[in-house]
Amino acid sequence: MKWYIIKRLLMLIPVLLGVSILSFSLIHLAPGDPAITIAGEHASIQTINAIREKYGLDKPITTQYWIWLKQVLKGDLGRSIVSNESVTKEIADRFPNTFELTMFSMFFAIIIGCIAGIISASRQYSILDYSFMGLALFGVSMPVFWLGIMLMMIFGVFLKWLPISGRISMMISFQQITGFYLLDSLLTGNFEAFISSLRHLILPSIALATIPMATIARITRSSMLEVLRQDFIRTERAKGLSERMVIYKHAVRNAMIPVVTVIGLNFGLLLSGAILTETVFSWPGIGRYIVNAVNMRDYPAVQGCILFFAFMFVIVNLITDIVYVYIDPRIHYG
Amino acid sequence: MMKTLLEIKNLKTHFFTHEGVVKAVDGVSLKVDRGKTLGIVGESGSGKSVTALSILRLIPQPPGKIIGGEIYFEGQDLLKLDNKEIRKIRGKKISMIFQEPMTSLDPVFTIGHEIIETIQLHQGLNKKEAREKALEILKIVGIPDVEKRIDSYPHELSGGMRQRVMIAMALSCHPTLLIADEPTTALDVTIQAQIIKLINDLKKRFHTSVILITHDLGVIAEMCDYVAVMYAGQVVEYAEVFTLFEKSLHPYTQGLSKSIPRLNKEVEKLQVIPGMVPNLLNLPPGCPFHPRCSYNFEKCRSENPELIEIEDSHLVKCHLFTEKR
Repeated sequence: MKWYIIKRLLMLIPVLLGVSILSFSLIHLAPGDPAITIAGEHASIQTINAIREKYGLDKPITTQYWIWLKQVLKGDLGRSIVSNESVTKEIADRFPNTFELTMFSMFFAIIIGCIAGIISASRQYSILDYSFMGLALFGVSMPVFWLGIMLMMIFGVFLKWLPISGRISMMISFQQITGFYLLDSLLTGNFEAFISSLRHLILPSIALATIPMATIARITRSSMLEVLRQDFIRTERAKGLSERMVIYKHAVRNAMIPVVTVIGLNFGLLLSGAILTETVFSWPGIGRYIVNAVNMRDYPAVQGCILFFAFMFVIVNLITDIVYVYIDPRIHYG
Repeated sequence: MMKTLLEIKNLKTHFFTHEGVVKAVDGVSLKVDRGKTLGIVGESGSGKSVTALSILRLIPQPPGKIIGGEIYFEGQDLLKLDNKEIRKIRGKKISMIFQEPMTSLDPVFTIGHEIIETIQLHQGLNKKEAREKALEILKIVGIPDVEKRIDSYPHELSGGMRQRVMIAMALSCHPTLLIADEPTTALDVTIQAQIIKLINDLKKRFHTSVILITHDLGVIAEMCDYVAVMYAGQVVEYAEVFTLFEKSLHPYTQGLSKSIPRLNKEVEKLQVIPGMVPNLLNLPPGCPFHPRCSYNFEKCRSENPELIEIEDSHLVKCHLFTEKR
């Protein structure tokens, strides 16, 4: 197991290398020029060329990549062309927000998705099953930005229950320690900040949770249905176990492998920034950051983010694979 | 104490499918005496397993449903019990072994866990006591190195071992009736003999009655006291094992006997029963066996015969014998 993990981590190297080459080529192929973005559309050719030279944009792409790679190997993701801040720091500042949002949404998505899926499967073709699966279909097909706007309108504008944008109320100032608002406010004992940041989390979490929740519910249902038809379920019933034990103890654990896979994939996706949700709710996370970076053709920032996403994805997948071992004893990694 | 442990009267279990009603079990009556073994034989689809599953009310519902009949176990009609009461019977008084040892054990729990779970459920022991009992029963069914094996997962055991575990689990609460649904079909021949012997030994040791479902007449001859022959969801003949092999009356049973190779008789060619098992969705009118029966006459095509007692404990369901009486 230890060797397996080491092996998987070593495999990160080719993955990250491949991802970086691909993203480097793609963003350079895309039309647009960061020098023009910085200098403004009416700037003179000389100014633009000077900026190109300053950031090394006048060199051939392969040389640019090589320079960038050498820098990354030293642990430096470079400076943003737009803000001139270190990309590493910019990512580190924004990631906690994305992480909190992801955790919150996935928490809802997993709990509600799994329960709905299990109930649907154990009462297949009942009214409950049809309603859950109808809702799930609705959930997967609903555009997130539209749902976000609807939530904002209903709970923010009409009912005025919850704030509609930002990470925390502007009126509150408190000391940041780790970058995680919920954690920091608790650590500093700032209850007001805690409540405010929690309230700000709710609507974006709901919007973001909808699709994973619906996906999890559907996959849990189909996986459970498959398990419930297997021979050993009959054995458990023949032992005299109650239906509840048969379903929640024996069937659920057997049905979890595909569910965990889907959860892992969604985790990876959300951690790399929920671009639409973060934009709609003005959430200061990594998804919004990369959108801005792409718009401004901020090459180092885009590269840095993509590298970070790939890293997160690989790590989440590795964790998923490790979780398999604990669910199903038949899975072994040598 | 009553002599009869289990009595099934006119059991009807039907499956309601899109294509129509499958009358998997249609009017089965059977009796099992204490300490005795009843064999149920028949081709695939004759309703053997459905009969067995109906006893414990394990028919998947929907599409299946027990639509009629009575199943008296120790004088109590199992079909009238509520879910909680039937669960107290399952695994405790009546337990079951299934055909597929490879898939009948939950793959994510250890075999020890599975047996301990059963013992704790029915005997109210704590975990340690239950584990002791589990070790004991695993030893009895012939699992080597039990201290280590008890923490094995099903996939770490061979088919024969898994079937032993199933038997251990089934017998862990000393049931009065054990239903073995083709316990050896999925195993290879040498293991088959061991498992049959094991069931036979344990039956004597725990004074358990057994219902043995099989399509292997050799196993029937070796293990059973009584035999019920099923065809198209009905019992066509019921007799003591010796009577059945030597003096079978029903043309179907006779056909079955002739289709097994014997060492003591020289036969050129094994006989087969002509035709196919009827489609349960669309049974022929009259006696369901008549299209394959060489003795069939007018009445067979229009009227389904009753199961009648020809002599003591020998029942047959055929017009040839209703006519004679």
